[in-house]
Amino acid sequence: MQHTPMSPAPRRAILLPLVLFAAFALVPLVAYLSDDRFLMLFVTRIMIFAIVALSLDFILGFGALVSFGHAAFVGIGAYAVGILADGGQFEGLVAFPVAILTAGAFALITGAISLKTRGVYFIMITLAFGQMAYFTATSLSAYGGDDGLTIWGRSTVLGADILSDDRSFFYVVLGALVVCYLLCRMIIASRFGRVLRAAKQSETRLAAIGINPFGYRLAAYAIAGMIAGLGGAFLANHTEFVSPAYMNWHRSGELIVMVMLGGMGTLHGAILGAAAYLLLEENLSQISEHWRVIFGPFLILVVLYARGGLTGFLNRLQPGRRGDD
Amino acid sequence: MSATLLAVQTLNGLQLGILLFLIAAGLTLVFGVMDFINLAHGVQYMLGAYLAVAFYAATGSFWAALLMGMVAALVCGLALEFLVFRHLYDRDHLDQVLATFGVILFINEAVKIAWGSAPLSLPMPDILSGSFVLMDGLLYPVYRIALIVAGLVVAAVLYGLVTHTRIGMLVRAGASNAPMVAALGINIRALFMVVFGFGAMLAGFAGILAAPLFSAEPGMGDNLLILAFVVIVIGGIGSIRGAFLAALIIGLVDTLGRSFATDIVKLVLSPSAANDVGPALASMLIYILMAGVLFFRPSGLFPVKAG
Repeated sequence: MQHTPMSPAPRRAILLPLVLFAAFALVPLVAYLSDDRFLMLFVTRIMIFAIVALSLDFILGFGALVSFGHAAFVGIGAYAVGILADGGQFEGLVAFPVAILTAGAFALITGAISLKTRGVYFIMITLAFGQMAYFTATSLSAYGGDDGLTIWGRSTVLGADILSDDRSFFYVVLGALVVCYLLCRMIIASRFGRVLRAAKQSETRLAAIGINPFGYRLAAYAIAGMIAGLGGAFLANHTEFVSPAYMNWHRSGELIVMVMLGGMGTLHGAILGAAAYLLLEENLSQISEHWRVIFGPFLILVVLYARGGLTGFLNRLQPGRRGDD
Repeated sequence: MSATLLAVQTLNGLQLGILLFLIAAGLTLVFGVMDFINLAHGVQYMLGAYLAVAFYAATGSFWAALLMGMVAALVCGLALEFLVFRHLYDRDHLDQVLATFGVILFINEAVKIAWGSAPLSLPMPDILSGSFVLMDGLLYPVYRIALIVAGLVVAAVLYGLVTHTRIGMLVRAGASNAPMVAALGINIRALFMVVFGFGAMLAGFAGILAAPLFSAEPGMGDNLLILAFVVIVIGGIGSIRGAFLAALIIGLVDTLGRSFATDIVKLVLSPSAANDVGPALASMLIYILMAGVLFFRPSGLFPVKAG
């Protein structure tokens, strides 16, 4: 039986995210004391992917919509920033809304078609739309095609160049992560979120009380697309480079892995999962360039034996609490 | 656009369609019977190509490499089924996607370790290395024609197997209602192993046939896998007939789109704009086609599942 794990551990559901965000907030201090620029950039990257994983968990964990083309939204957000910068527009107050709205529009159009299908058809059609975005990006010869596009500097805010400072960029990303997290939580707790969760449990019952979930799902899909687009805009600013590789279907797979590793349907699990995945990738790739040989079987074992991911594991640690079954 | 170019590209499109069909056939049957989504089907195609290259190096004969490659692909498929996939049938699609994604990561990387990242080539057999004269001044390689013919023969055999044999009947019954077939006393797991092994062998066969044309490289199965997904979604999951038609349609639309999109766009837009828009449009074409089909027929052209 699948149940929606929103209510079982209310105290933990507040405690864990608080601890996570506090830990993130302390990173610049640690980086400053140990004079470690890499640490801060790396954690910024973790938080950017946490924003994206959060948006995926929002539809995957609460709406059971297995979107296998989520990387496309990230890529579209990143390309919006890159293409505007290529045209000389570096203003973040223009680039970020454009990135978010473009990704949202793409989600709305592809979602309207994809959501007419169910189950495995939905997985495949979102995968195909993701690949469509990927191949379109590779054929954009004016913007680097296969090779990608270098961005000469980060976005400005009202003309002021504050994001170039790694520490202020870090806190802006952290702020965005917290806002996205709270936003998703609020939506899920609202009536809209209840319909979404109910549709995950039983579409028939929902139809019986006179609610057609299509519109709700589409809206959720578009919201997730917009948040992922925001993540993409940050990613472009972080690496100061955009490339079609951001949209490769392996990326979409990795995003699902992040959500799964952290534990689906908890939101903070997605943040934890993004951190765990990127840490694993970083550490394993230092052992060998063929780190995927280790990671592939690890992933299979996680799927087979570790249901509930890291949050499930943490919940089981505390005696007397109901673990994920 | 000239008639000769059109003829050549049509043949190329058919050839891509045939390769897609060989991959999609296994995918669609496996999904139809067992409700199992196997992302790792594309690595079977890659393994087929690499194994053939390895066996060619050992034996020096294309035909021996073809035969041994197919057997080895079958063994690899059954080994994967035994080690991993068998534990996933009762899980939901998300778990299946993730675990088979893990298999892809592992095998792609293992291939890189074993054979390196550089593309390897498989020489075509002497008897097929010539060219036909299709029209005046137009040569077309015999090997590509042979590939199309081989694919058509396999398709015909497969169609015969599925529609006129007992095991084919069970496969069709399994695709429309698996629990009922099991309730009638058929060992559905054993049936599935047969289907799975056969599908893996077909994908390996496609990889071997493709190796002399495209050479073997890591990740070569990934792009074709996505195309094969588009094929089975358009054709209707579980339907061999749908997979065959959809594969030919996708092969033709993709190949012809890539060669003529820019020219067609030039009729409407300025040449420089057309050079930007054309390739982008060409690469989107099959996905637009898929979206169109699914919009009007959400379960594909030839739906199999009851209800």
